[in-house]
Amino acid sequence: MRHLISPLDLSVEETEEILLLAEDIAKDPTRYSQVCKGKKIATLFYEPSTRTRLSFESAMLNLGGNVLGFSSADSSSAAKGESVADTIRVVSCYADIAAIRHPKEGAPYVASLHSSIPIINAGDGGHQHPTQTLTDLLTIHALKGSISNLTIGLCGDLKFGRTVHSLINALVRYPGIRFALISPEELKLPTYIKTDVLEAKNVPYIEAEVLEDVMPELDILYMTRVQKERFFNEEDYIRLKDRYILDKVKMSYAKEDMLVLHPLPRVNEISVEVDDDPRAVYFKQAQFGVYARMALIMKLLGLSL
Amino acid sequence: MLNISGIDNGYVIDHIKAGKSMDIYNYLKLGQLDCQVAIIKNASSSKMGKKDIIKVQGEMNLDLDILGFVDNHITVNVIRDGKIVEKKNPRLPEKVTNVIRCKNPRCITSVERGLPQIFRLTDRHTKTYRCIYCEEKFSSK
Repeated sequence: MRHLISPLDLSVEETEEILLLAEDIAKDPTRYSQVCKGKKIATLFYEPSTRTRLSFESAMLNLGGNVLGFSSADSSSAAKGESVADTIRVVSCYADIAAIRHPKEGAPYVASLHSSIPIINAGDGGHQHPTQTLTDLLTIHALKGSISNLTIGLCGDLKFGRTVHSLINALVRYPGIRFALISPEELKLPTYIKTDVLEAKNVPYIEAEVLEDVMPELDILYMTRVQKERFFNEEDYIRLKDRYILDKVKMSYAKEDMLVLHPLPRVNEISVEVDDDPRAVYFKQAQFGVYARMALIMKLLGLSL
Repeated sequence: MLNISGIDNGYVIDHIKAGKSMDIYNYLKLGQLDCQVAIIKNASSSKMGKKDIIKVQGEMNLDLDILGFVDNHITVNVIRDGKIVEKKNPRLPEKVTNVIRCKNPRCITSVERGLPQIFRLTDRHTKTYRCIYCEEKFSSK
């Protein structure tokens, strides 16, 4: 049985298969509307995430399947003290596949050890968020035509931002990828990712504190939110949260065909005046997120058209 | 010079890096043994300058993975009837289970009951072990 716990659980070839399937779904989603008829996805969300949960539920409903689950730990048996291992053993009896979000890192992996149905990690603390990575890869693949020979700017919280860590791990497997890491000193990419991932694979990168300095070089700008829930100290959060605000002036430094991605939700880091810029694709990205999850569900359930 | 008498049946854990003997004593739970255990700290060594040695007079659960994890240059002599009958050289284990704990407060091991603490060797060169759940690097500090 296949699970998706880390983006690297999928080989480049398997990822490509999913991206191509997702692009085919995007062309005409109605063709896929009965593929999961009679199947159920359990969305087990131990911490709130409306967006990711609805994206999974939308994906399953688009495929003709059904959904069940909970949207916070308070409304689950976790509030009574049930372990993740026990919960998934029980849920395995109710559903055909499960998507799990948990504030503790490694919880979906623990679930996968005890599950008799495929487990999808829908985000575990500051650790991994592989379906966001698939979404990001699909957005780049679909709008740029391929994932190669690109300079990718990652901006904002590179320390705690799990989407950034997952994306870096996935992108270094493609040829000709370069990174510009834009963050304040306190939110820099952890050293182990620089040494164990970027330097170990000879992937060029530069670090910058000022977005405008690197903007003209970028093919992709991946903005991130500084997440309050990752800080132990509120003072630090308040000091750092509005450090980068992408606006029209900053966009004027960018290439004509640069794309702005954001995992959403956006708070202040992208000014709403940028939304009408054709290079701002973060809402399209949310749509690609549904197609990526549809393709993933099909792949893990071994279903085809 | 301090003399500790030889043992008839048991184990001599030798070439321990000076200062590491108490770690091994704790990891191998030697405090729970009923037999004689001698810890020799800072013994002179021609190879190492200073080293620690542990002698155990009696049977014990010799976990070579733990020894390899702490220091893979350790040697273990198995003594029977006063003679060395076997020499063992612990190797860096691929995995250590329930020896060390993950210190990441965000790791699932901090809340999930009954979950074994498992670390996997991810870089043999730097002797890096990472928690299999959250992938946090183990640090003894």
